[in-house]
Amino acid sequence: MTAASASLAALTPFRLIGHPILLGVRRVGAITLFGLRSLAATLTPPLYLGQLWRQFLAIGFFSLPVTGLTAVFTGAALALNIFSGGGRLNAEQVMPQIVALGITRELGPVLAGLMLAGRVAAAIAAEIGAMRTTEQIDAMVTLSTDPYRYLIAPRLIAAVLALPLLTAVADLIGIAGGWLVAVRTLGFNPVLYVRNTDAFLQAGDIGSGLVKASVFGFVVALMGCYHGYHAAGGARGVGRATTHAVVSASILILACDYLLTAVFARA
Amino acid sequence: MTGVAKLEWRGVRKSFGGRAVLDDLDLAVAPGRSLVIMGGSGQGKSVTLKLALGLLTPDAGALRIDGRDTASASKSARRRAFADIGVLFQGAALFDSLSVWENVAFRLINADGVPRRKARERAIEALSRVRLPADLADAYPASLSGGMQKRVGLARAIVGRPSLLFFDEPTSGLDPVTSAVINELIVEQVRDLGCTAVSITHDIASARTIADEIAMLQGGRVIWSGSPSELDQTPDPYVRQFVEGRADGPG
Repeated sequence: MTAASASLAALTPFRLIGHPILLGVRRVGAITLFGLRSLAATLTPPLYLGQLWRQFLAIGFFSLPVTGLTAVFTGAALALNIFSGGGRLNAEQVMPQIVALGITRELGPVLAGLMLAGRVAAAIAAEIGAMRTTEQIDAMVTLSTDPYRYLIAPRLIAAVLALPLLTAVADLIGIAGGWLVAVRTLGFNPVLYVRNTDAFLQAGDIGSGLVKASVFGFVVALMGCYHGYHAAGGARGVGRATTHAVVSASILILACDYLLTAVFARA
Repeated sequence: MTGVAKLEWRGVRKSFGGRAVLDDLDLAVAPGRSLVIMGGSGQGKSVTLKLALGLLTPDAGALRIDGRDTASASKSARRRAFADIGVLFQGAALFDSLSVWENVAFRLINADGVPRRKARERAIEALSRVRLPADLADAYPASLSGGMQKRVGLARAIVGRPSLLFFDEPTSGLDPVTSAVINELIVEQVRDLGCTAVSITHDIASARTIADEIAMLQGGRVIWSGSPSELDQTPDPYVRQFVEGRADGPG
């Protein structure tokens, strides 16, 4: 072994560690630049209102069933868990308040965000990815239309607006799920349950959840658009872009959730 | 060539991952002429086209439209330079979510701000110029045959009456009869619009029909150029092999 190859071999562990770190840093940089360019496209004209309305329907309205179902079952399960767990501390009676707090601050926005990551980030990545691999995005550029404005900005705006609305609906349905279980199976008074919930909840509980939802909406749309826009390699590439969009959106939602919760806890 | 070329690649280099795809490419097409770029797979044809469309930027050299370098131009100058082009993509690249007329009128509605009713009229007129009936206007691309999709793509390319038209493998994947129809339409539209055309194709018959000049690319450079009639007389072994479609030879 020559001195040169020996020193190269000695560097192998550093290369093994360094290479993925550099790739990761490059990816974060690329996503940041993509996000900034996309934000610029959302803030400057032209805004394609027809596209925005179509995306608002696709992202918001058509996600209502899946978000509603998730919320009702989660609210019901949460009520049962808190009732049985609270029983150990003789705190069953605070179940309505804890359900309401848990849903509005945490589970409503996070579950709606994760549902959207599965449903919408995947759909966005697949659609834009297919457009990329079939030269439709190139065609759009040659037709003097900026894909950031036509494809990405409407999706970002629609997701940022739609997810808080979906979360508000999820909050209501989740609390209703808890109410249903509490009244039907745990013997709570239906009116008192609602009164206790109403008296306990503060605007900040709901507001912090809705702010989280807006951020999650941005994350979901950004990940779908980024991975779709950079899809390459035919059907396999589109499949890979879809997977990456869902996984990265889900992880980022959970990471952002922690960061935002920490910020709101200090405020 | 005398006078300013409509489109010119001058000393253009382009590499991907350290591999040179275009190496000092010099090529030009005069106004009103139809240039066909030919060459085997991986010889740089698509990259040559994408540079001309502004979808890629050269590592070195100049890409000029009407004598103005687009690669070093400001964003607005680039936008103006590329606003006057029409492109027929290899797979037509129609937008699946839009109807036929919305595809054809895409630039009119989204870039030129033409009202939808007026844009639809112009789209239907463009469809008639590529011999497609008006009742196809509300159909979606998925319901059309490959040949029809190409014709819709051609209608989309010509609807703005551009001065520069590009055709990327216009007859690929089509049967000989449909290919002949597409070639005929290309010749007709280029003549009627009085525009300059640049095409990429492997199809020798298509090249003979639509070209005023043919350039043969190999290794990212032009190794031969001439008129379609000169194609059969050239002694260049690579061109001969390509034209005759032989497996043995330098290619």
